[in-house]
Amino acid sequence: MIDAKRRTLVKGSLAAGAVVGAGLMAPRAFADWNAAAFQAKDIPTAMTGLLGSDSAEVSDRIKIKAPDIAENGAVVPVTVETDLEGVTSISIIASKNQTPLIASFEFVDPSVIPFVSTRIKMAETADVIAVVKAGDKLYKNAKNVKVTIGGCGG
Amino acid sequence: MSDIKIRAKLEGDETTVKCLMSHPMETGLRKDSKTNEVIPAHFIREVVCKVKGAVVMKTSWSGGVSKNPYLSFKFKGGAVGDPIEIAWTDNTGESQSATAEISG
Repeated sequence: MIDAKRRTLVKGSLAAGAVVGAGLMAPRAFADWNAAAFQAKDIPTAMTGLLGSDSAEVSDRIKIKAPDIAENGAVVPVTVETDLEGVTSISIIASKNQTPLIASFEFVDPSVIPFVSTRIKMAETADVIAVVKAGDKLYKNAKNVKVTIGGCGG
Repeated sequence: MSDIKIRAKLEGDETTVKCLMSHPMETGLRKDSKTNEVIPAHFIREVVCKVKGAVVMKTSWSGGVSKNPYLSFKFKGGAVGDPIEIAWTDNTGESQSATAEISG
């Protein structure tokens, strides 16, 4: 009888431990998300927050594929690729969005080819800027996209 | 039932992964045109891509990625049948993941 009670207690405390553990774990799932950079209202703050600097050398080895004219700013297809060596991340910025930093792709494994393709929202006609981190240096390139209907309206 | 669709195809020594996720991607900046109330933010913040269980790419997003996000990336190597796993977590703590095998 005593033993049974003891078992229940042990089980109970184990379960409690698991719940506390889960509670502690939850915020950790977001630890990587850089709020300062992704909520920044201007490009220098976003770039410095994410990449440690807002200065990047312009490189035409970064190719940005995006439409010249986007009829619908809510869905603008953007592809970025580069033949720069040692690329560890590619970030995409829409220069006139309220929060300009849109996405950052971090290549954890060297097998990943410096290529990303996604669809972004653009509030108005602006530059799509791609920032590439290669080695310890930052490179960038830009492509202007004319937006006829903004994608962040309301 | 996951709302992530993944296609991974091996061509030569490169695998191309294409992925579609189902998500509203609300920025938190938009107002409801009728009530004039701000629509709360609800967007994917992190996406983790794994090949054979190992993380190869981590991405962070703002609400600036379009609704029902599309993501494509490429990597060298990979073999037909290798599992590709894509997992996202959004700003409300919701998460989803899906796995697909590389096809030839």
